[in-house]
Amino acid sequence: MNQPALLSKQNIIFAILLVVLVAFPFVADSRTLTILLTQIFIFGILAMSYDILLGYTGIVSFGHAMFFGIGAYSTAIMLKEIQPTIPVFIGSIVVGMVLAGILSFFVGLLTLRLKSHFFAMLTLAISGLLLVVAEKWRSVTKGNDGFTFRAPDVFKDRIVFYFCVLACLVIVFLILRRFVNSPLGRVLIAIRENEQRTRSLGFKTLHYKVISSIVAGVIASLAGSLYAISLRFVNTSMMTMDITLDALLMTIIGGVGTLVGPLVGSVVIEFAQHYLSGLARDYPIFERWIIFFGIIYILAVVFFPKGIVGSILTKISKWKQRDQVPLPESKERSK
Amino acid sequence: MEPIIRTENLSIQFGGHKAVDKVNFEMPEKHFKSIIGPNGAGKTTFFNLISGELKPTEGDVFFKGQSIAKLSSIERTRIGLGRSFQITNVFPNLTVLENVRLAVQSKEKVRFHFLKHYLHYKKITEKAVELLDQVLLSNKIHAIASQLSHGEKRKLEIAMLLALDTEVLLLDEPTAGMSLEEVPAILEVIKSIKEQGNKTILLIEHKMDMILDLSDSIMVLFNGKLLADGTPTEIMNNTTVQNAYLGGLYDGELVETS
Repeated sequence: MNQPALLSKQNIIFAILLVVLVAFPFVADSRTLTILLTQIFIFGILAMSYDILLGYTGIVSFGHAMFFGIGAYSTAIMLKEIQPTIPVFIGSIVVGMVLAGILSFFVGLLTLRLKSHFFAMLTLAISGLLLVVAEKWRSVTKGNDGFTFRAPDVFKDRIVFYFCVLACLVIVFLILRRFVNSPLGRVLIAIRENEQRTRSLGFKTLHYKVISSIVAGVIASLAGSLYAISLRFVNTSMMTMDITLDALLMTIIGGVGTLVGPLVGSVVIEFAQHYLSGLARDYPIFERWIIFFGIIYILAVVFFPKGIVGSILTKISKWKQRDQVPLPESKERSK
Repeated sequence: MEPIIRTENLSIQFGGHKAVDKVNFEMPEKHFKSIIGPNGAGKTTFFNLISGELKPTEGDVFFKGQSIAKLSSIERTRIGLGRSFQITNVFPNLTVLENVRLAVQSKEKVRFHFLKHYLHYKKITEKAVELLDQVLLSNKIHAIASQLSHGEKRKLEIAMLLALDTEVLLLDEPTAGMSLEEVPAILEVIKSIKEQGNKTILLIEHKMDMILDLSDSIMVLFNGKLLADGTPTEIMNNTTVQNAYLGGLYDGELVETS
Protein backbone atom coordinates (compact mmCIF):
# COMPACT_ATOMS: atom_id res chain seq x y z
CA MET A 1 0.00 0.00 0.00
CA ASN A 2 3.04 2.19 0.30
CA GLN A 3 3.78 4.50 -2.52
CA PRO A 4 6.47 3.32 -4.87
CA ALA A 5 9.81 4.56 -3.59
CA LEU A 6 12.37 5.93 -5.97
CA LEU A 7 15.13 4.17 -4.10
CA SER A 8 13.54 0.76 -3.91
CA LYS A 9 15.71 -2.34 -4.01
CA GLN A 10 14.54 -2.97 -7.54
CA ASN A 11 15.53 0.46 -8.77
CA ILE A 12 18.96 0.19 -7.17
CA ILE A 13 19.57 -3.10 -8.95
CA PHE A 14 18.50 -1.53 -12.23
CA ALA A 15 20.80 1.43 -11.65
CA ILE A 16 23.78 -0.83 -10.94
CA LEU A 17 23.02 -2.87 -14.03
CA LEU A 18 22.79 0.28 -16.09
CA VAL A 19 26.16 1.52 -14.81
CA VAL A 20 27.71 -1.83 -15.75
CA LEU A 21 26.22 -1.66 -19.23
CA VAL A 22 27.34 1.93 -19.71
CA ALA A 23 30.87 1.09 -18.57
CA PHE A 24 31.00 -2.08 -20.62
CA PRO A 25 32.27 -0.74 -23.98
CA PHE A 26 35.06 1.14 -22.22
CA VAL A 27 36.19 -1.83 -20.19
CA ALA A 28 35.80 -4.72 -22.59
CA ASP A 29 37.16 -4.03 -26.00
CA SER A 30 35.24 -6.75 -27.77
CA ARG A 31 33.54 -5.72 -30.96
CA THR A 32 31.53 -8.94 -31.23
CA LEU A 33 30.25 -8.64 -27.72
CA THR A 34 29.27 -5.01 -28.22
CA ILE A 35 27.35 -5.94 -31.33
CA LEU A 36 25.76 -8.89 -29.58
CA LEU A 37 24.67 -6.69 -26.69
CA THR A 38 23.23 -4.15 -29.11
CA GLN A 39 21.27 -6.96 -30.70
CA ILE A 40 20.08 -8.10 -27.28
CA PHE A 41 18.86 -4.60 -26.44
CA ILE A 42 16.95 -4.34 -29.71
CA PHE A 43 15.25 -7.67 -29.27
CA GLY A 44 14.68 -6.79 -25.63
CA ILE A 45 12.65 -3.79 -26.78
CA LEU A 46 10.72 -5.98 -29.20
CA ALA A 47 10.06 -8.65 -26.59
CA MET A 48 8.93 -6.08 -24.03
CA SER A 49 6.47 -4.68 -26.54
CA TYR A 50 5.22 -8.18 -27.19
CA ASP A 51 4.81 -8.76 -23.49
CA ILE A 52 2.43 -5.79 -23.27
CA LEU A 53 0.15 -7.88 -25.45
CA LEU A 54 0.87 -11.37 -24.22
CA GLY A 55 1.81 -10.91 -20.59
CA TYR A 56 -0.22 -7.90 -19.58
CA THR A 57 -3.33 -7.96 -21.71
CA GLY A 58 -3.42 -11.68 -22.43
CA ILE A 59 -3.62 -11.29 -26.19
CA VAL A 60 -1.75 -13.80 -28.32
CA SER A 61 -0.66 -12.19 -31.57
CA PHE A 62 1.21 -13.99 -34.31
CA GLY A 63 1.63 -10.88 -36.38
CA HIS A 64 3.96 -8.83 -34.26
CA ALA A 65 6.71 -8.96 -36.87
CA MET A 66 4.73 -6.74 -39.19
CA PHE A 67 5.23 -3.76 -36.91
CA PHE A 68 8.88 -4.61 -36.57
CA GLY A 69 9.08 -4.76 -40.36
CA ILE A 70 7.28 -1.44 -40.77
CA GLY A 71 9.85 0.25 -38.55
CA ALA A 72 12.73 -1.40 -40.34
CA TYR A 73 11.47 -0.49 -43.80
CA SER A 74 10.57 3.08 -42.83
CA THR A 75 14.06 3.70 -41.59
CA ALA A 76 15.79 1.90 -44.44
CA ILE A 77 13.75 3.56 -47.18
CA MET A 78 13.99 7.05 -45.75
CA LEU A 79 17.71 6.86 -45.10
CA LYS A 80 18.32 5.55 -48.60
CA GLU A 81 15.95 7.87 -50.46
CA ILE A 82 16.49 11.11 -48.55
CA GLN A 83 19.89 11.13 -46.91
CA PRO A 84 21.67 9.23 -44.15
CA THR A 85 21.61 11.83 -41.40
CA ILE A 86 20.45 11.81 -37.82
CA PRO A 87 17.39 14.05 -38.34
CA VAL A 88 16.18 11.78 -41.12
CA PHE A 89 16.83 8.79 -38.90
CA ILE A 90 14.75 10.29 -36.10
CA GLY A 91 12.09 11.27 -38.61
CA SER A 92 12.02 7.72 -39.94
CA ILE A 93 11.52 6.35 -36.44
CA VAL A 94 8.57 8.68 -35.99
CA VAL A 95 7.14 7.77 -39.41
CA GLY A 96 7.50 4.08 -38.61
CA MET A 97 5.83 4.54 -35.25
CA VAL A 98 2.94 6.46 -36.75
CA LEU A 99 2.42 3.88 -39.49
CA ALA A 100 2.66 1.03 -37.01
CA GLY A 101 0.28 2.89 -34.71
CA ILE A 102 -2.29 3.33 -37.44
CA LEU A 103 -2.00 -0.25 -38.60
CA SER A 104 -2.17 -1.68 -35.09
CA PHE A 105 -5.20 0.50 -34.42
CA PHE A 106 -7.06 -1.04 -37.32
CA VAL A 107 -5.80 -4.53 -36.66
CA GLY A 108 -6.90 -4.11 -33.07
CA LEU A 109 -10.25 -2.69 -33.99
CA LEU A 110 -11.03 -5.33 -36.58
CA THR A 111 -9.75 -8.34 -34.81
CA LEU A 112 -9.84 -7.79 -31.07
CA ARG A 113 -13.54 -8.43 -31.08
CA LEU A 114 -12.63 -12.03 -31.71
CA LYS A 115 -11.80 -14.61 -29.10
CA SER A 116 -8.15 -15.26 -28.44
CA HIS A 117 -7.17 -17.98 -30.88
CA PHE A 118 -9.20 -16.46 -33.71
CA PHE A 119 -7.42 -13.20 -33.08
CA ALA A 120 -4.09 -15.02 -33.25
CA MET A 121 -5.06 -16.54 -36.60
CA LEU A 122 -6.15 -13.21 -38.01
CA THR A 123 -2.98 -11.43 -36.98
CA LEU A 124 -1.08 -14.22 -38.66
CA ALA A 125 -3.11 -13.68 -41.82
CA ILE A 126 -2.65 -9.92 -41.83
CA SER A 127 1.08 -10.10 -41.27
CA GLY A 128 1.23 -12.73 -44.02
CA LEU A 129 -0.57 -10.33 -46.29
CA LEU A 130 1.87 -7.57 -45.45
CA LEU A 131 4.77 -9.89 -46.09
CA VAL A 132 3.46 -10.63 -49.56
CA VAL A 133 3.03 -6.93 -50.23
CA ALA A 134 6.62 -6.30 -49.16
CA GLU A 135 7.83 -9.10 -51.40
CA LYS A 136 5.86 -7.99 -54.46
CA TRP A 137 6.30 -4.25 -54.15
CA ARG A 138 9.79 -4.53 -55.57
CA SER A 139 10.14 -0.91 -56.64
CA VAL A 140 10.20 0.14 -53.01
CA THR A 141 11.32 -2.86 -51.03
CA LYS A 142 13.45 -4.76 -53.53
CA GLY A 143 11.50 -7.82 -52.45
CA ASN A 144 13.18 -10.72 -50.81
CA ASP A 145 16.65 -9.61 -51.92
CA GLY A 146 16.34 -6.50 -49.83
CA PHE A 147 18.76 -3.63 -50.12
CA THR A 148 21.59 -2.06 -48.22
CA PHE A 149 21.70 1.56 -47.21
CA ARG A 150 24.05 3.93 -45.47
CA ALA A 151 23.46 4.58 -41.82
CA PRO A 152 24.14 8.06 -40.44
CA ASP A 153 27.90 8.52 -40.10
CA VAL A 154 27.82 8.77 -36.32
CA PHE A 155 26.61 5.20 -36.13
CA LYS A 156 29.69 3.96 -37.95
CA ASP A 157 31.17 3.88 -34.51
CA ARG A 158 29.58 0.78 -33.00
CA ILE A 159 29.95 2.20 -29.53
CA VAL A 160 27.88 5.26 -30.34
CA PHE A 161 25.16 3.06 -31.71
CA TYR A 162 25.44 0.84 -28.64
CA PHE A 163 24.73 3.82 -26.43
CA CYS A 164 21.92 5.01 -28.66
CA VAL A 165 20.19 1.64 -28.43
CA LEU A 166 20.85 1.38 -24.71
CA ALA A 167 19.25 4.79 -24.23
CA CYS A 168 16.22 3.67 -26.24
CA LEU A 169 16.00 0.52 -24.15
CA VAL A 170 16.11 2.43 -20.88
CA ILE A 171 13.55 4.98 -22.05
CA VAL A 172 11.20 2.31 -23.38
CA PHE A 173 11.61 0.30 -20.21
CA LEU A 174 10.78 3.28 -18.01
CA ILE A 175 7.82 4.32 -20.16
CA LEU A 176 6.41 0.81 -20.26
CA ARG A 177 6.94 0.33 -16.57
CA ARG A 178 4.97 3.45 -15.86
CA PHE A 179 2.40 2.34 -18.39
CA VAL A 180 1.78 -1.07 -16.86
CA ASN A 181 1.75 0.35 -13.34
CA SER A 182 -0.72 3.06 -14.19
CA PRO A 183 -4.45 2.68 -13.57
CA LEU A 184 -4.75 1.93 -17.28
CA GLY A 185 -2.19 -0.84 -16.96
CA ARG A 186 -4.10 -2.34 -14.04
CA VAL A 187 -7.15 -2.59 -16.24
CA LEU A 188 -5.07 -4.41 -18.87
CA ILE A 189 -4.03 -6.92 -16.22
CA ALA A 190 -7.65 -7.25 -15.18
CA ILE A 191 -8.56 -8.05 -18.78
CA ARG A 192 -5.91 -10.75 -18.85
CA GLU A 193 -7.26 -12.23 -15.65
CA ASN A 194 -10.95 -12.13 -16.44
CA GLU A 195 -12.19 -10.11 -19.36
CA GLN A 196 -15.88 -10.68 -18.79
CA ARG A 197 -15.58 -9.51 -15.20
CA THR A 198 -13.65 -6.43 -16.27
CA ARG A 199 -16.47 -5.59 -18.61
CA SER A 200 -19.06 -6.04 -15.91
CA LEU A 201 -17.13 -3.58 -13.76
CA GLY A 202 -17.93 -1.00 -16.41
CA PHE A 203 -14.70 -0.94 -18.43
CA LYS A 204 -15.03 -1.06 -22.19
CA THR A 205 -12.44 -3.75 -22.71
CA LEU A 206 -12.18 -3.32 -26.47
CA HIS A 207 -10.80 0.20 -26.01
CA TYR A 208 -8.14 -1.08 -23.67
CA LYS A 209 -7.18 -3.92 -25.94
CA VAL A 210 -6.81 -1.53 -28.86
CA ILE A 211 -4.65 0.79 -26.76
CA SER A 212 -2.50 -2.15 -25.73
CA SER A 213 -2.21 -3.22 -29.34
CA ILE A 214 -1.16 0.28 -30.42
CA VAL A 215 1.46 0.65 -27.70
CA ALA A 216 2.91 -2.75 -28.56
CA GLY A 217 2.91 -1.96 -32.28
CA VAL A 218 4.57 1.42 -31.89
CA ILE A 219 7.34 0.09 -29.68
CA ALA A 220 7.91 -2.86 -31.98
CA SER A 221 8.34 -0.42 -34.82
CA LEU A 222 11.06 1.39 -32.85
CA ALA A 223 12.85 -1.93 -32.39
CA GLY A 224 12.56 -2.50 -36.14
CA SER A 225 14.09 0.88 -36.95
CA LEU A 226 17.04 0.19 -34.68
CA TYR A 227 17.47 -3.29 -36.07
CA ALA A 228 17.62 -2.01 -39.62
CA ILE A 229 20.36 0.43 -38.64
CA SER A 230 22.33 -2.28 -36.89
CA LEU A 231 22.37 -4.38 -40.06
CA ARG A 232 22.41 -1.49 -42.55
CA PHE A 233 20.37 -3.82 -44.61
CA VAL A 234 16.73 -4.70 -44.81
CA ASN A 235 14.77 -7.47 -46.47
CA THR A 236 11.49 -9.25 -46.04
CA SER A 237 12.87 -11.71 -43.49
CA MET A 238 12.28 -8.96 -40.92
CA MET A 239 8.57 -9.41 -41.33
CA THR A 240 8.46 -13.17 -41.17
CA MET A 241 7.06 -15.41 -38.52
CA ASP A 242 10.60 -16.01 -37.21
CA ILE A 243 10.72 -12.55 -35.69
CA THR A 244 7.34 -13.00 -34.04
CA LEU A 245 8.41 -16.40 -32.71
CA ASP A 246 11.63 -14.93 -31.36
CA ALA A 247 9.65 -12.29 -29.50
CA LEU A 248 7.17 -14.89 -28.29
CA LEU A 249 9.86 -17.25 -27.03
CA MET A 250 11.90 -14.51 -25.40
CA THR A 251 8.81 -13.42 -23.54
CA ILE A 252 7.83 -16.93 -22.51
CA ILE A 253 11.31 -18.03 -21.48
CA GLY A 254 12.01 -14.80 -19.65
CA GLY A 255 8.65 -14.67 -17.94
CA VAL A 256 5.34 -13.30 -19.14
CA GLY A 257 3.71 -10.49 -17.27
CA THR A 258 6.97 -8.86 -16.20
CA LEU A 259 9.03 -6.34 -18.10
CA VAL A 260 12.34 -7.72 -16.93
CA GLY A 261 11.36 -11.17 -18.16
CA PRO A 262 11.49 -10.37 -21.88
CA LEU A 263 14.86 -8.70 -21.37
CA VAL A 264 16.23 -11.79 -19.65
CA GLY A 265 14.69 -13.91 -22.40
CA SER A 266 16.40 -11.75 -24.98
CA VAL A 267 19.76 -12.21 -23.27
CA VAL A 268 19.33 -15.99 -23.03
CA ILE A 269 18.17 -16.51 -26.58
CA GLU A 270 20.60 -14.17 -28.28
CA PHE A 271 23.54 -15.66 -26.37
CA ALA A 272 22.35 -19.16 -27.07
CA GLN A 273 21.93 -18.39 -30.75
CA HIS A 274 25.35 -16.81 -30.89
CA TYR A 275 27.28 -19.50 -29.06
CA LEU A 276 25.42 -22.53 -30.37
CA SER A 277 25.99 -21.46 -33.95
CA GLY A 278 29.58 -20.57 -33.04
CA LEU A 279 30.19 -24.10 -31.79
CA ALA A 280 29.60 -25.42 -35.29
CA ARG A 281 33.23 -24.69 -36.14
CA ASP A 282 34.43 -27.36 -33.72
CA TYR A 283 31.52 -29.75 -33.60
CA PRO A 284 29.74 -30.25 -36.92
CA ILE A 285 26.55 -31.30 -35.16
CA PHE A 286 26.06 -27.70 -34.08
CA GLU A 287 25.46 -26.75 -37.66
CA ARG A 288 22.02 -27.98 -36.74
CA TRP A 289 22.02 -25.74 -33.68
CA ILE A 290 18.31 -25.15 -34.12
CA ILE A 291 17.77 -28.67 -32.76
CA PHE A 292 19.52 -27.77 -29.53
CA PHE A 293 17.62 -24.58 -29.47
CA GLY A 294 14.39 -26.53 -29.63
CA ILE A 295 15.55 -28.65 -26.71
CA ILE A 296 16.32 -25.53 -24.70
CA TYR A 297 12.85 -24.23 -25.41
CA ILE A 298 11.20 -27.45 -24.35
CA LEU A 299 13.21 -27.68 -21.16
CA ALA A 300 12.54 -24.05 -20.32
CA VAL A 301 8.81 -24.41 -20.79
CA VAL A 302 8.68 -27.67 -18.82
CA PHE A 303 10.81 -26.52 -15.89
CA PHE A 304 10.03 -22.81 -15.83
CA PRO A 305 6.41 -22.57 -16.92
CA LYS A 306 6.32 -19.03 -15.58
CA GLY A 307 9.56 -18.16 -17.29
CA ILE A 308 12.87 -17.50 -15.59
CA VAL A 309 11.87 -14.24 -13.93
CA GLY A 310 8.39 -15.51 -13.07
CA SER A 311 9.82 -18.59 -11.35
CA ILE A 312 12.31 -16.53 -9.40
CA LEU A 313 9.60 -14.11 -8.28
CA THR A 314 7.42 -17.01 -7.12
CA LYS A 315 10.36 -18.44 -5.15
CA ILE A 316 11.02 -15.09 -3.53
CA SER A 317 7.40 -14.51 -2.56
CA LYS A 318 7.14 -18.03 -1.12
CA TRP A 319 10.32 -17.47 0.81
CA LYS A 320 9.02 -14.20 2.19
CA GLN A 321 5.72 -15.78 3.18
CA ARG A 322 7.51 -18.53 5.03
CA ASP A 323 9.34 -15.90 7.03
CA GLN A 324 6.17 -14.10 7.96
CA VAL A 325 3.62 -16.73 8.89
CA PRO A 326 4.71 -20.32 9.16
CA LEU A 327 1.86 -22.32 7.71
CA PRO A 328 1.00 -25.55 9.50
CA GLU A 329 2.01 -27.67 6.51
CA SER A 330 5.36 -26.01 6.05
CA LYS A 331 6.17 -26.56 9.69
CA GLU A 332 5.70 -30.27 9.28
CA ARG A 333 7.76 -30.27 6.16
CA SER A 334 10.66 -28.55 7.83
CA LYS A 335 10.80 -31.27 10.47
CA MET B 1 -43.32 7.83 -6.84
CA GLU B 2 -41.73 6.57 -10.03
CA PRO B 3 -40.60 2.97 -9.52
CA ILE B 4 -36.82 2.64 -9.95
CA ILE B 5 -37.13 -0.60 -11.88
CA ARG B 6 -40.14 -1.70 -13.84
CA THR B 7 -40.57 -4.48 -16.36
CA GLU B 8 -43.29 -4.74 -18.93
CA ASN B 9 -44.23 -8.13 -20.32
CA LEU B 10 -40.60 -9.11 -19.98
CA SER B 11 -40.04 -12.41 -21.78
CA ILE B 12 -37.21 -14.44 -23.17
CA GLN B 13 -37.40 -17.61 -25.11
CA PHE B 14 -34.63 -20.13 -25.65
CA GLY B 15 -35.85 -22.16 -28.58
CA GLY B 16 -39.23 -23.46 -27.52
CA HIS B 17 -38.59 -22.87 -23.85
CA LYS B 18 -39.98 -19.72 -22.30
CA ALA B 19 -37.50 -19.07 -19.53
CA VAL B 20 -39.12 -15.82 -18.48
CA ASP B 21 -42.69 -15.33 -19.52
CA LYS B 22 -44.44 -11.94 -19.50
CA VAL B 23 -43.21 -10.75 -16.15
CA ASN B 24 -44.61 -7.42 -15.03
CA PHE B 25 -43.09 -6.10 -11.88
CA GLU B 26 -41.95 -2.88 -10.36
CA MET B 27 -40.14 -1.84 -7.25
CA PRO B 28 -39.84 1.54 -5.57
CA GLU B 29 -36.53 3.12 -4.64
CA LYS B 30 -34.68 1.96 -1.53
CA HIS B 31 -36.78 -1.14 -1.39
CA PHE B 32 -35.60 -4.64 -0.54
CA LYS B 33 -37.18 -7.30 -2.67
CA SER B 34 -36.36 -10.97 -2.80
CA ILE B 35 -37.04 -13.31 -5.65
CA ILE B 36 -37.81 -16.91 -4.82
CA GLY B 37 -38.80 -19.87 -6.88
CA PRO B 38 -37.70 -23.45 -7.48
CA ASN B 39 -34.61 -24.25 -9.50
CA GLY B 40 -35.13 -23.47 -13.14
CA ALA B 41 -37.90 -21.00 -12.43
CA GLY B 42 -36.03 -18.34 -14.36
CA LYS B 43 -34.74 -16.25 -11.47
CA THR B 44 -31.20 -15.84 -12.77
CA THR B 45 -32.45 -15.38 -16.32
CA PHE B 46 -34.70 -12.63 -15.03
CA PHE B 47 -31.65 -11.04 -13.43
CA ASN B 48 -29.72 -11.35 -16.64
CA LEU B 49 -32.49 -9.53 -18.45
CA ILE B 50 -32.45 -6.69 -15.97
CA SER B 51 -28.66 -6.41 -15.86
CA GLY B 52 -28.35 -6.65 -19.62
CA GLU B 53 -26.46 -9.93 -19.95
CA LEU B 54 -29.38 -11.13 -22.03
CA LYS B 55 -31.70 -9.28 -24.37
CA PRO B 56 -35.43 -9.95 -24.02
CA THR B 57 -37.31 -11.48 -26.93
CA GLU B 58 -40.31 -9.48 -25.87
CA GLY B 59 -41.12 -6.70 -23.43
CA ASP B 60 -39.04 -3.97 -21.93
CA VAL B 61 -37.12 -2.99 -18.81
CA PHE B 62 -37.39 0.50 -17.39
CA PHE B 63 -34.94 2.18 -15.07
CA LYS B 64 -36.31 5.36 -13.53
CA GLY B 65 -38.93 5.47 -16.23
CA GLN B 66 -36.45 5.15 -19.10
CA SER B 67 -36.39 2.09 -21.29
CA ILE B 68 -32.99 0.43 -20.98
CA ALA B 69 -33.59 -2.59 -23.19
CA LYS B 70 -31.09 -1.28 -25.74
CA LEU B 71 -28.31 -0.63 -23.26
CA SER B 72 -25.48 -3.12 -22.86
CA SER B 73 -24.63 -4.49 -19.45
CA ILE B 74 -21.71 -2.06 -19.17
CA GLU B 75 -23.95 0.90 -19.79
CA ARG B 76 -26.47 -0.40 -17.31
CA THR B 77 -23.75 -0.73 -14.70
CA ARG B 78 -22.74 2.84 -15.39
CA ILE B 79 -26.22 4.24 -14.96
CA GLY B 80 -26.71 2.42 -11.70
CA LEU B 81 -27.52 -1.27 -11.98
CA GLY B 82 -24.85 -3.39 -10.38
CA ARG B 83 -25.02 -7.12 -10.06
CA SER B 84 -23.20 -9.94 -8.36
CA PHE B 85 -22.90 -13.34 -9.93
CA GLN B 86 -24.04 -16.69 -8.69
CA ILE B 87 -20.71 -18.22 -9.60
CA THR B 88 -17.99 -16.25 -7.90
CA ASN B 89 -16.33 -14.24 -10.56
CA VAL B 90 -13.31 -12.37 -9.30
CA PHE B 91 -9.81 -11.78 -10.65
CA PRO B 92 -8.21 -14.99 -9.39
CA ASN B 93 -4.54 -14.06 -9.49
CA LEU B 94 -4.80 -10.57 -8.10
CA THR B 95 -4.90 -9.69 -4.43
CA VAL B 96 -8.15 -8.95 -2.66
CA LEU B 97 -7.25 -5.29 -2.44
CA GLU B 98 -6.37 -5.17 -6.13
CA ASN B 99 -9.74 -6.68 -7.00
CA VAL B 100 -11.66 -4.04 -5.13
CA ARG B 101 -9.35 -1.28 -6.27
CA LEU B 102 -10.22 -2.05 -9.87
CA ALA B 103 -13.89 -1.69 -9.10
CA VAL B 104 -13.33 1.59 -7.28
CA GLN B 105 -11.21 2.76 -10.19
CA SER B 106 -14.11 2.17 -12.52
CA LYS B 107 -16.47 4.06 -10.24
CA GLU B 108 -14.05 6.98 -9.90
CA LYS B 109 -13.73 7.09 -13.67
CA VAL B 110 -9.98 6.60 -13.51
CA ARG B 111 -9.98 4.67 -16.73
CA PHE B 112 -7.36 5.73 -19.23
CA HIS B 113 -4.94 7.47 -16.89
CA PHE B 114 -1.44 6.30 -17.63
CA LEU B 115 0.88 9.03 -16.42
CA LYS B 116 0.90 8.34 -12.71
CA HIS B 117 1.64 5.17 -10.80
CA TYR B 118 -1.57 3.55 -9.68
CA LEU B 119 -0.52 3.70 -6.03
CA HIS B 120 -0.49 7.48 -6.24
CA TYR B 121 -4.25 7.39 -6.43
CA LYS B 122 -4.53 7.19 -2.65
CA LYS B 123 -8.24 7.86 -2.54
CA ILE B 124 -8.92 4.71 -4.52
CA THR B 125 -6.88 2.56 -2.19
CA GLU B 126 -8.46 4.12 0.86
CA LYS B 127 -11.96 3.56 -0.48
CA ALA B 128 -11.11 -0.05 -1.31
CA VAL B 129 -9.79 -0.66 2.20
CA GLU B 130 -12.93 0.89 3.66
CA LEU B 131 -15.16 -1.38 1.58
CA LEU B 132 -13.20 -4.45 2.59
CA ASP B 133 -13.75 -3.40 6.16
CA GLN B 134 -17.45 -3.20 5.55
CA VAL B 135 -17.65 -6.73 4.17
CA LEU B 136 -15.46 -8.07 7.00
CA LEU B 137 -12.52 -8.96 4.82
CA SER B 138 -9.94 -6.53 6.17
CA ASN B 139 -7.82 -9.38 7.50
CA LYS B 140 -7.36 -10.80 4.00
CA ILE B 141 -6.42 -7.64 2.15
CA HIS B 142 -3.19 -8.95 0.68
CA ALA B 143 -4.33 -12.51 0.04
CA ILE B 144 -4.55 -13.73 -3.54
CA ALA B 145 -8.21 -13.98 -4.49
CA SER B 146 -8.00 -17.58 -5.67
CA GLN B 147 -6.81 -18.65 -2.22
CA LEU B 148 -9.90 -17.34 -0.46
CA SER B 149 -12.60 -19.64 0.81
CA HIS B 150 -15.86 -19.66 -1.05
CA GLY B 151 -17.55 -17.48 1.52
CA GLU B 152 -14.73 -14.97 1.44
CA LYS B 153 -14.93 -14.81 -2.34
CA ARG B 154 -18.58 -13.93 -2.06
CA LYS B 155 -17.74 -11.19 0.39
CA LEU B 156 -15.14 -9.92 -2.04
CA GLU B 157 -17.73 -10.04 -4.78
CA ILE B 158 -20.06 -7.91 -2.67
CA ALA B 159 -17.27 -5.45 -1.90
CA MET B 160 -16.63 -5.05 -5.63
CA LEU B 161 -20.31 -4.54 -6.25
CA LEU B 162 -20.48 -1.92 -3.50
CA ALA B 163 -17.42 -0.24 -4.94
CA LEU B 164 -19.34 0.53 -8.09
CA ASP B 165 -21.72 2.43 -5.84
CA THR B 166 -24.76 1.71 -7.96
CA GLU B 167 -28.23 2.64 -6.78
CA VAL B 168 -29.56 -0.82 -7.45
CA LEU B 169 -27.86 -3.99 -6.28
CA LEU B 170 -28.79 -7.26 -7.90
CA LEU B 171 -27.57 -10.04 -5.63
CA ASP B 172 -27.72 -13.46 -7.19
CA GLU B 173 -27.70 -16.04 -4.42
CA PRO B 174 -24.95 -14.58 -2.28
CA THR B 175 -24.98 -17.64 -0.04
CA ALA B 176 -24.93 -20.28 -2.78
CA GLY B 177 -22.62 -23.15 -2.03
CA MET B 178 -21.60 -21.72 1.29
CA SER B 179 -20.95 -23.67 4.44
CA LEU B 180 -23.45 -23.03 7.21
CA GLU B 181 -21.05 -21.14 9.43
CA GLU B 182 -20.26 -18.67 6.66
CA VAL B 183 -23.88 -17.70 6.03
CA PRO B 184 -24.41 -15.44 9.09
CA ALA B 185 -21.48 -13.24 8.06
CA ILE B 186 -22.97 -12.65 4.62
CA LEU B 187 -26.34 -11.99 6.17
CA GLU B 188 -24.62 -9.47 8.43
CA VAL B 189 -23.02 -7.76 5.45
CA ILE B 190 -26.26 -7.54 3.48
CA LYS B 191 -28.07 -6.27 6.56
CA SER B 192 -25.52 -3.55 7.05
CA ILE B 193 -25.96 -2.49 3.42
CA LYS B 194 -29.70 -2.43 3.88
CA GLU B 195 -29.43 -0.42 7.06
CA GLN B 196 -27.40 2.26 5.35
CA GLY B 197 -30.65 2.81 3.56
CA ASN B 198 -29.51 4.27 0.26
CA LYS B 199 -29.67 1.21 -1.94
CA THR B 200 -32.41 -0.59 -3.77
CA ILE B 201 -31.74 -4.28 -3.45
CA LEU B 202 -33.03 -7.20 -5.42
CA LEU B 203 -32.00 -10.54 -3.99
CA ILE B 204 -32.28 -14.10 -5.26
CA GLU B 205 -32.07 -16.54 -2.39
CA HIS B 206 -33.17 -19.95 -1.25
CA LYS B 207 -32.72 -19.55 2.48
CA MET B 208 -36.22 -18.62 3.63
CA ASP B 209 -35.28 -17.45 7.12
CA MET B 210 -32.82 -15.02 5.61
CA ILE B 211 -35.39 -13.76 3.11
CA LEU B 212 -38.06 -13.25 5.72
CA ASP B 213 -35.56 -11.44 7.89
CA LEU B 214 -34.47 -8.99 5.19
CA SER B 215 -37.19 -8.44 2.64
CA ASP B 216 -39.71 -5.65 2.33
CA SER B 217 -41.44 -7.70 -0.33
CA ILE B 218 -41.05 -11.04 -2.06
CA MET B 219 -41.83 -12.08 -5.58
CA VAL B 220 -42.25 -15.67 -6.64
CA LEU B 221 -41.28 -16.98 -10.04
CA PHE B 222 -42.50 -20.32 -11.24
CA ASN B 223 -41.81 -21.73 -14.70
CA GLY B 224 -40.85 -18.27 -15.87
CA LYS B 225 -44.11 -16.71 -14.76
CA LEU B 226 -44.63 -14.26 -11.96
CA LEU B 227 -46.70 -16.22 -9.50
CA ALA B 228 -47.07 -13.73 -6.71
CA ASP B 229 -45.62 -10.48 -5.45
CA GLY B 230 -46.28 -9.09 -2.01
CA THR B 231 -45.13 -8.61 1.52
CA PRO B 232 -43.51 -11.61 3.22
CA THR B 233 -46.69 -12.31 5.18
CA GLU B 234 -48.84 -12.25 2.06
CA ILE B 235 -46.50 -14.57 0.24
CA MET B 236 -46.27 -17.04 3.07
CA ASN B 237 -50.03 -17.20 3.31
CA ASN B 238 -50.58 -17.43 -0.42
CA THR B 239 -51.88 -20.92 -1.12
CA THR B 240 -50.73 -20.99 -4.75
CA VAL B 241 -47.21 -20.24 -3.64
CA GLN B 242 -47.36 -22.85 -0.95
CA ASN B 243 -48.46 -25.45 -3.44
CA ALA B 244 -46.04 -24.50 -6.14
CA TYR B 245 -42.89 -23.75 -4.29
CA LEU B 246 -42.99 -24.39 -0.65
CA GLY B 247 -44.90 -27.57 -1.23
CA GLY B 248 -46.35 -27.41 2.26
CA LEU B 249 -42.90 -27.89 3.65
CA TYR B 250 -43.02 -24.68 5.59
CA ASP B 251 -46.52 -25.18 6.86
CA GLY B 252 -45.44 -25.69 10.40
CA GLU B 253 -43.26 -22.60 10.53
CA LEU B 254 -45.68 -20.48 8.62
CA VAL B 255 -47.97 -20.02 11.54
CA GLU B 256 -45.14 -18.76 13.66
CA THR B 257 -43.65 -16.34 11.18
CA SER B 258 -46.87 -14.73 10.06
